[in-house]
Amino acid sequence: MFSDYTSTELVSIFAMQGFAGLILFSVFVLMALGLAIIFGQMGVINMAHGEFMILGAYVTYLLSNLFETHMPALFSIYFFVAMIVAFFAAGALGALVEWGLIRHLYRRPLDTLLATWGLSLILQQTYRTVFGAREVGVSLPDWLMGSIPLTDIIEIPINGLFVMGLTLTIAVSVYFLMFKSRWGGQVRAVVQNRPMAGAVGINTEKTDRITFALGCGIAGVAGSAFTMIGSTGPSSGQLYIVDTFLVVVFGGAQSLLGTIASAFTISQAQSTMEFFLSGSMAKVLTLLTVVGILMLRPQGLFALKIRH
Amino acid sequence: MRFIPTLPTAARASRRKFICWLASFSASILFTSSSFAAPATSEVNTTGLAVTDDTVTVGILHSVTGTMAISETGSVQAEKLAIKQINDMGGVLGRKIEYIQEDGASDWPTFAEKAKKLLVNDKVASVFGCWTSASRKAVLPVFEQYNGMLYYPTFYEGLEQSPNVIYTGQEATQQILAGIDWVVEEKGAKSFYLLGSDYIWPRTSNKIARKHIEKLGLKVVGEEYYPLGHTQFNSVINKIKLRKPDVIYAIVVGGSNVAFYKQLKAAGIDMTKEKPLLLTISVTEDEIRGIGGENIEGAYAAMKYFQSLDNENNKSFVKAFKEMWGEDIVVGDVTQAAYLGPWLWKAAVEKAGSFDIDKVRAASPGIELTTAPEGYVRIHENHHLWSKTRIGRAKTDGQYEVVYETEELMEPDPFPKGYQ
Amino acid sequence: MSTNDIRAYMPKGDLISLLILAVLILVVFPLSMDIFRLNLVGKYLTYAFVAIGLVLCWGYGGILSLGQGVFFGLGGYCMAMFLKLEASSPEATKIQSTPGIPDFMDWNQITELPWFWEPFYSFPFTILAVLIVPTIFAYIIGAAMFKRRVGGVYFAIITQAVASILTVLIIGQQGYTGGVNGITDLRTLLGWDIRTDSAKFILYFVNAGLLIGCLLIAQYIRKSKLGRLLVAMREREDRVRFSGYDVSDFKIFVFCIGAMFSAIGGAMFTLQVGFMSPSFVGIVPSIEMVIFCAVGGRLSIFGAVYGALLVNWSKTTFSESFPELWLFAMGALFIGVVMAFPSGLAGLYKQHIGPRIRNTLATIRRDYLASRANAKSQSFATD
Repeated sequence: MFSDYTSTELVSIFAMQGFAGLILFSVFVLMALGLAIIFGQMGVINMAHGEFMILGAYVTYLLSNLFETHMPALFSIYFFVAMIVAFFAAGALGALVEWGLIRHLYRRPLDTLLATWGLSLILQQTYRTVFGAREVGVSLPDWLMGSIPLTDIIEIPINGLFVMGLTLTIAVSVYFLMFKSRWGGQVRAVVQNRPMAGAVGINTEKTDRITFALGCGIAGVAGSAFTMIGSTGPSSGQLYIVDTFLVVVFGGAQSLLGTIASAFTISQAQSTMEFFLSGSMAKVLTLLTVVGILMLRPQGLFALKIRH
Repeated sequence: MRFIPTLPTAARASRRKFICWLASFSASILFTSSSFAAPATSEVNTTGLAVTDDTVTVGILHSVTGTMAISETGSVQAEKLAIKQINDMGGVLGRKIEYIQEDGASDWPTFAEKAKKLLVNDKVASVFGCWTSASRKAVLPVFEQYNGMLYYPTFYEGLEQSPNVIYTGQEATQQILAGIDWVVEEKGAKSFYLLGSDYIWPRTSNKIARKHIEKLGLKVVGEEYYPLGHTQFNSVINKIKLRKPDVIYAIVVGGSNVAFYKQLKAAGIDMTKEKPLLLTISVTEDEIRGIGGENIEGAYAAMKYFQSLDNENNKSFVKAFKEMWGEDIVVGDVTQAAYLGPWLWKAAVEKAGSFDIDKVRAASPGIELTTAPEGYVRIHENHHLWSKTRIGRAKTDGQYEVVYETEELMEPDPFPKGYQ
Repeated sequence: MSTNDIRAYMPKGDLISLLILAVLILVVFPLSMDIFRLNLVGKYLTYAFVAIGLVLCWGYGGILSLGQGVFFGLGGYCMAMFLKLEASSPEATKIQSTPGIPDFMDWNQITELPWFWEPFYSFPFTILAVLIVPTIFAYIIGAAMFKRRVGGVYFAIITQAVASILTVLIIGQQGYTGGVNGITDLRTLLGWDIRTDSAKFILYFVNAGLLIGCLLIAQYIRKSKLGRLLVAMREREDRVRFSGYDVSDFKIFVFCIGAMFSAIGGAMFTLQVGFMSPSFVGIVPSIEMVIFCAVGGRLSIFGAVYGALLVNWSKTTFSESFPELWLFAMGALFIGVVMAFPSGLAGLYKQHIGPRIRNTLATIRRDYLASRANAKSQSFATD
């Protein structure tokens, strides 16, 4: 399979595929971080995670229209505004959902799965009613489009770089939030021993709500970023949900580091296989490998031993 | 043909002319009389269809919910517009068309179930509907068993010819052959990269494309399929860059479409430079709205209809469509094909002088529509339409600029010899 | 088995439920509906097989599978392969470049029947395959997961991934599977035309009979020691393990039973609807199947049947009148059942309707007795 190419081309292949894999890695991390926080830290399965992402995408769409018609001068920076608004919109909806739905179901994780699936159906139909069944096109500022040519074959897409930068920022912020801040300490305390955390005066309910909202907020930002590379329609969120769950489970649910490691493994495996096989078979093989490994090592790559 | 004017032939010719004239005369009497008093229901409906003295009921069967609602909305709108216009003109055989709309919910057994309901319970005189091949395959046995008539609007892979379906979209060869010939002749294309979503239509279409390309003595440098809904195309874009084809032949559908074109653009493949040029048969004006005009600018599409077609029929059609459904709506190839359905059915019913399915079917081949927005169409013996292939080039405003159309109507050939 | 044993496995309440259900499906529906509606009910009942299996796995065993569509689909595909081969006789397919193979293979330039299709010429093999292929598949998944003590949420997500893999595979390998269109245009079963009304009528009763059979098996499992162990495991798995039981074997067994029920449902679906497609294998149908079970009541095998009937029936009627609202209703149903009625219709019956009926019956009886006593005392008085 290598004989068709010259050696310079082979170098380019590995460079470009490596980069494609990095973009895929960033996408996976963005999708999975929010879910890893919610699922890993709280044990809640949020099947509506994709719909929170799409909420972020629609917010971006609305803001792009707003800036285009009312503030064309500021259009080049609207994307940053959109991401912030998407974060708070998805986060607010998340807090609402936690208050109305999730907090009643903490003892029944499988039931949260069904309830959030119902929520995802309702959200999808809401998007369809409000924005129409068709996909909407989100226009991007010029500086986000196009690419930086390195050689005549290798070109680096700017929006790919942007997604990677964004992922890095979010991952680092989450790390500091969870492991260096007081609030992060509270979250971890609640995860590891809820009654004891309550006993030392941590408001566990509030902690739960903010954790859930944070996870949803990150989903919103991810959705906002994905308008650059994917589609925005009422049911687009469904496209991501299985991959996202697998990334989280594969990483070992309680470990954020594990999520990142698993996103890296899966994305590199997939993009390498995609190059040498047809797209469909690469997908099947990747999923099969992940499921196979999970059967051998069900606790995932990085499992923490904790008491429930 | 040599023509020798001898007396007997000339006499025969004039007699034929006279008969023709007589026929058209009597036809016009029949026609005018029909607009005065509708023919009795017992005459035009001998099989118990839902026809009364002043109404006839038809069915509309598309997905209003689920993933396919995105695509099928336009077809529903077009069919309702056509029905409304026909009613404003006095209906069919003096009867107003009423419709029963059913939701296939993007679920194939639901399609079969609703088709059966329309035919068995509602006894509709004809059904306009379906979009995906899977939904058509699911309802086909129902239509054949209960002898219904389906007008199917989507361009599709061919390999089918049912007496109970009129295919108002193109079968694969009508979209593919002329498009490839054009890029070869006009653009000097020598090598092709075939790409598609992984299901029957792109696979069958690419198969036909590959055979045609190889017949022309040219090269296919890659062929690849991605699962429906796939959103990451960087790997295949890298492969395209390495193999340097002259043409990317793309049949990506749905949400994947949006991802593909955005990533193609971001990877630095500028389609306006035509290096490589991109030819698609799956992106209509409808899809461009989701993709964004700036992301697909410069791509070529081979279709039979574009909203920008410059003819009187089309202008009034687009105007009426926008009046009914809103100013910012766009009309794509399939939407136009769906619009043809009720009109073709009306023409067939009037030619047959009856709503009976068998008579409408017998009358259908040869039905022509000079008022079609795409120009002129005619129903072939094989129940597909003769129509032209056109090539459009995508512009940033989301419209296509028509750059080529075939001189002749392309003959529909659902079972193309030498391409299977 | 003595009468006492029978009574132990089928207490009076359950017997009455079974009889009511049997009368409903075997008598009331066929008498009150035309063949079109009856065929629809038959289709809904095929989902009831899945729902009964889920009651055992999820309600009793605590194993939530989000991939039951896989087994439904495998059963359905096995049956569809047999029917398709029968419909693709060399005479019927003589216009193809290779007569005698299914039409979709011909369109994909396959010139020879693939080896794994060959055995499906045989009807007995097909019946066996319908029952065994999904069961073996379930055994592989179950053994791998339960032996390593994977359960709960992890299991749910992995079964979901399996459903997703199988869908992509079926769609991608269209030359062998019919792709996204599925296997369509099925006509006869051993020469018997399954598309006619009379065939549909008979198939409905076969389906109903099989369903009642599955209910009896499920009831037997439920009331046996195994059923009690399952409940014990669901509540405190470690204690059961400490008592010396191998927990995983029971889980694997009940998961396989659930898979087998689903497969029977899938095969009956193919027969009654006339085709099979990958849209029943994926994630969405699999989760919908869970809701049938949840609505009926996850602890009641009879409730599961009503759940499947009710959800599908309302889906049909709702989407006939208000297509746009259907997803809202479905979503609300998921949330409502989980939040307000975790034990579904069966729970509703047990807590509210059942006691009321019993009360009313008791009151009637008391009144009757009282009036008789009155009448007696009056007759004494007149004496």
